[in-house]
Amino acid sequence: MSIPFYVAPEQAMRDRAEFAQKNIARGRPLIATTYEHGVLIVAENHSKTLHKISEIYDRIAFGGVGRYNEYEQLRVAGVRHADTKGFAFSREDVDARSLANLYAQYLNNVFTHEIKPLEVEILVAELGGDGGPDQLYHVDYQGTITDEEHFLVLGGDAETVSERFSESHQVGWDLGTALNAAVRALAAEEHTVGVENLEVAVLSRQNGRRTFRRIDDRDLAELLAPTPGTPASEPGPPDTGPGDPS
Amino acid sequence: MALPIFHPVDDPGPDFAGLLRRAGRPVLPNPASELSVPHATTVVALRFAEGVVMAGDRRATEGYSIAHRAMDKVFPADRWSAVAIAGAAGPAVEMVRLFQVQLEHYEKVEGLSLSLEGKANQLAQMVREHLPMAFQGLAVVPLFAGFDVRRGVGRIFTYDITGGHYEEADFQATGSGGRDARNTIKLGFREGLTRTEAIELAIEALFEAADEDAGTGGPDLVRGIYPLVAAVDADGFAPVGEEEVADRFLSLIERRRAQRGRDRGRGEPQ
Repeated sequence: MSIPFYVAPEQAMRDRAEFAQKNIARGRPLIATTYEHGVLIVAENHSKTLHKISEIYDRIAFGGVGRYNEYEQLRVAGVRHADTKGFAFSREDVDARSLANLYAQYLNNVFTHEIKPLEVEILVAELGGDGGPDQLYHVDYQGTITDEEHFLVLGGDAETVSERFSESHQVGWDLGTALNAAVRALAAEEHTVGVENLEVAVLSRQNGRRTFRRIDDRDLAELLAPTPGTPASEPGPPDTGPGDPS
Repeated sequence: MALPIFHPVDDPGPDFAGLLRRAGRPVLPNPASELSVPHATTVVALRFAEGVVMAGDRRATEGYSIAHRAMDKVFPADRWSAVAIAGAAGPAVEMVRLFQVQLEHYEKVEGLSLSLEGKANQLAQMVREHLPMAFQGLAVVPLFAGFDVRRGVGRIFTYDITGGHYEEADFQATGSGGRDARNTIKLGFREGLTRTEAIELAIEALFEAADEDAGTGGPDLVRGIYPLVAAVDADGFAPVGEEEVADRFLSLIERRRAQRGRDRGRGEPQ
């Protein structure tokens, strides 16, 4: 039996982190920001069917960057966790903090015990209830968890995008302004982002029980159209999700 | 609670009840012996030109006494469908709750809604799994109706306790007063009813059922409790406002009273 080469733990961890970072950095970034009526999430995504942004529960949304199959597995696990918890207890008892913590535990476990760390970064966004603040949780490939109240950028080139975005960021801005700023921040000098390559969704307080809503290309084009003076309105009433009789 | 991550080979997919079983949680209750539980009902569903109307009375009985006066028996299953229940109240409400979560769970995991047929089949499986309890006297018989988004029509499905489900052409009623309600609708139904006419007919059917069946509650004018009515069409599930339902019941009662007055007048010797 051959004896494996000794690798110092520091070196092993550094290698893993470098591996994950390098692969995540290749992907396009995702921006989440709070606005007047809730949370806006914008990502550059060239696929129309493989989503980066999804609904987890009534007031919780998920965003993932990096390797699709890996964050998709985490997204489904999140939906399962939330639905099971809401069914066993009550819909109000499902919160983003506990889910973000579970993601952090899992990602950390994989990072330290498995052969390969997950090449993903996760956003868990929650719409605050009863006047509470909206919460944006960021979980990275090694399970480090941070929370933000205003905006968050994850994925490749996050620092530069974050810098560009923070210049125009205002607290409580309207949907059109926030969206335009996010798209400007995602685009670089030699890189433009068209409507067809954008994936946009909101958690909005105006949407009834299920607050998550995707913004389709038509509404998106309208919101992004340069019409100074006439702020674009919020996209129409809920078009998915069950009616809430209460 | 742990993060539910599964290996691809034993992944429950979008099956919520399967997920609960995997997590070691009881899906639907399973009592050991026969119990006295609240039940008895009339629920109706009928098609109109653009969708379906569903209505149910509010009474739950336990033996010869009234257990609840204001029970809800008509629920939104998701945005495009409604489910009404007849039978043992506890398991029935729990089944509806599981059904609602199942539809939403599927939609979130798969990123698509189930077809109306798929939803009806899903509910049939839940009723079938409930069969052992039906043998112990806790039968649950739902009525399912919704707007088929792909075909653009309203459709109604009925169930028996074994989970058999059948699509109805125009209308159906179940529960202890179902027969009386069904006969009333049969007399008033025609193809292409408007939404208002369908609501009116559903209300009349419940009124007649309450008149004949002890287990079915009529409009409670003293407490202001009226049957629940909801419509599902291209715009989705929409409950009919309590005031509108109350007004329609009051005018129905008024019409009956006037009719009776006329009949009496005619019957008296000249």
